[in-house]
Amino acid sequence: MNLPDAETLFKGLIEQIKPIITADTAIVGIHSGGAWLAERLLAILGGDIENGILDVSFYRDDYNQRGLHNETKPSQIPFDVKDKHILLIDDVFYTGRTIRAAMNELFDYGRPASITLAVLVNRGGRELPIAPQISAFNTELEASKNLQLLRHPDGTFYFTLEENK
Amino acid sequence: MQNPQLTDDGKLKHLLSIEGLPKKILNQILDTAESFVGVAEREVKKVPLLRGKTVCNLFFENSTRTRTTFEIAAKRLSADVITLNVSTSSQSKGETILDTIDNLTAMHADMFVVRHSQSGAAHMIAKHVAPHIHVINAGDGRHAHPTQGLLDAFTIRRYKPDMHNLRVAIVGDVLHSRVARSEIHALTTLGVPEVRVIAPKTLLPQDVEKLGVHVYHDMREGLKDVDVVMMLRLQNERMAGAMLPSSQEYFKTYGLTQEKLALAKPDAIVLHPGPMNRGVEIDSAVADGTQSVILPQVTYGIAVRMAVMSILAGN
Repeated sequence: MNLPDAETLFKGLIEQIKPIITADTAIVGIHSGGAWLAERLLAILGGDIENGILDVSFYRDDYNQRGLHNETKPSQIPFDVKDKHILLIDDVFYTGRTIRAAMNELFDYGRPASITLAVLVNRGGRELPIAPQISAFNTELEASKNLQLLRHPDGTFYFTLEENK
Repeated sequence: MQNPQLTDDGKLKHLLSIEGLPKKILNQILDTAESFVGVAEREVKKVPLLRGKTVCNLFFENSTRTRTTFEIAAKRLSADVITLNVSTSSQSKGETILDTIDNLTAMHADMFVVRHSQSGAAHMIAKHVAPHIHVINAGDGRHAHPTQGLLDAFTIRRYKPDMHNLRVAIVGDVLHSRVARSEIHALTTLGVPEVRVIAPKTLLPQDVEKLGVHVYHDMREGLKDVDVVMMLRLQNERMAGAMLPSSQEYFKTYGLTQEKLALAKPDAIVLHPGPMNRGVEIDSAVADGTQSVILPQVTYGIAVRMAVMSILAGN
């Protein structure tokens, strides 16, 4: 399968996101790919949009099978979540389990007015009644494939598609 | 021999002592603790990692700070927590430690946090328990107090992030101190290049140099240009052994005052594991002064203990 260029998809994502930003929007990126996307998005959108980063390691549903992730990063939500319209950003949407964990974590900060999920790629395969409202690209990838967003030293994005080990 | 704290594939199964643990695991604990610091500042100060797990705090010896922070840490991880002060319960009726453990295991305990006045108590329990149960040493005799060593290292790293460029002095009763031993192992493993111990000969273990520390008997000399001063509690109960003339005499020679602290670097920080004997090993002006990080140590102790418990329970 040929994946479109990540930078092209990112431009498309920005166009879809622009119209839904309001004064009460806060942008939250999921570590690590979603946080990179959010960082560049914020630079492009300008202004003073509230923003933060989530690392969902403490909320993952596979902790009992796999243990704690080796490299957790602190979640940073430096604004009051209460009554905010949260725009949650991730790179690849797959099973929906990360998003479930992210929503659980967000609610421990407060009760948002709404949460909208925007992703670069929806790769199919969801296992929960959770889906992105915005995605720059939809496809169906086999479970054996691992699609990952990576970042060049200059900050531009690219994908890798590998067989799972 | 394989380290009894590690699984076959090198993961942390019990935390009994810092001695022998690789730097990688210490760093994993400290990095994870970094992520737990922020949890205390949220509306809901809990994460669901240990939901459905039962943590038993078994304190065969008194403690307030350690017991409380372990209890808070377990609760913030959503565990169910039982704290037993065993000196006041079954043991006084003659039950052995392992019988106590077996009974709590029959109640489906998943983790034991153990403090005991006998060195090696936590090791013995770790050897005895079923494979799915984890044991944390919360202080055993003169041997080790690993979470204290880790929280001290975490506190130092927060204020002085470049551990490879530090001079640290540990002052006081090293001989009787499990805290000192754990601090020394933690700091040397994490790459602190110069760890000093400052104490009278009578309060130093034989061969203390073998732990990789520099020995000073003169406090003024030992404090010169250090970045971190770690005070130890003078264990009053040891004074009876006539090891020291008097607490006033001790304060004069080894008590930390502003005047002596001035010999350290101007931005040096002061740690103390508590409980403090004000006017014996530390002057109130220092304990409450701007260089003291004694209360942040307590706060960080919760995050470090959350990190240890959540790493163990997942392995």
